[in-house]
Amino acid sequence: MGSAMDIIVHCGVPRYLHSDLPLGNPCGVPFDSTMQEQILNQALLLLEEANSANSIVRSVAKWPGAPSWRDDYSKVDESNREALRLKGLQRRDQQETDRAKGITRSAMIRDS
Amino acid sequence: MANDYNNAHAHDYDVQYMERTRNYYRAQGYSADYQWAHNKDTPFQPLNRRLCDSKVAIISTSMPDTKLGREQRAVYSTPIDPIPASAYTAELSWHHSVTHTDDVGSFLPIAALKKLSASGVIGSIASSFFSLPTEYSQRNTLNKDGPDILKRCQSENVDIAILVPL
Repeated sequence: MGSAMDIIVHCGVPRYLHSDLPLGNPCGVPFDSTMQEQILNQALLLLEEANSANSIVRSVAKWPGAPSWRDDYSKVDESNREALRLKGLQRRDQQETDRAKGITRSAMIRDS
Repeated sequence: MANDYNNAHAHDYDVQYMERTRNYYRAQGYSADYQWAHNKDTPFQPLNRRLCDSKVAIISTSMPDTKLGREQRAVYSTPIDPIPASAYTAELSWHHSVTHTDDVGSFLPIAALKKLSASGVIGSIASSFFSLPTEYSQRNTLNKDGPDILKRCQSENVDIAILVPL
């Protein structure tokens, strides 16, 4: 169950139920337990019905907010280019500090 | 069964996360692009038994919301009873500007699975959900974390694992 179609298609998985929602809520919109149950039911149906790898189905999920969320994720433009460059410098400093402490599994870059 | 993922015209567009992420890393000065996993041959296992007789486990990229879970990215087993009120997701790459993870049901389907278990749709649920850390090293995931979680599932006789990455 997830919300990143391109990554799943690239990776290849046995079965995938796609929910067209912002990343973070692959089981449904927060506090919408009805939607969450519908999505899980669809996932279980896919489990039963799929008969070959890479079986992909879209769930009933619909984001209640503005559709512009799609344009916003990890956006890079003139408004944040310099801030991102500085963030990268800071992150590399942090990674060096972590390595010196023996922390080898650094957190991944996240959208902010 | 037929895939319907090509019917994107019937929906709003699918965000191209790989392209967005590549550009985001490059803007932060990283020259090596992130490498996503790619299975040349995707495994497939039909269900061994009916859903109503199957034990289901959840595998999540969220970490336990504990001191250890916040500090150390690793494989964890977290009991599902009672359902955890929160999970540690702050470091993960979800869409922080438009949504939140304050409702664990939006990324951990424990409550929904419990309902289905109570009504007999599924047989039972593994006593813990499993945390799998997101990783730059595919080797860690394939050779260490994956086999670790497989063992944990096998020790509970799990039939079905639902992977739910944020």
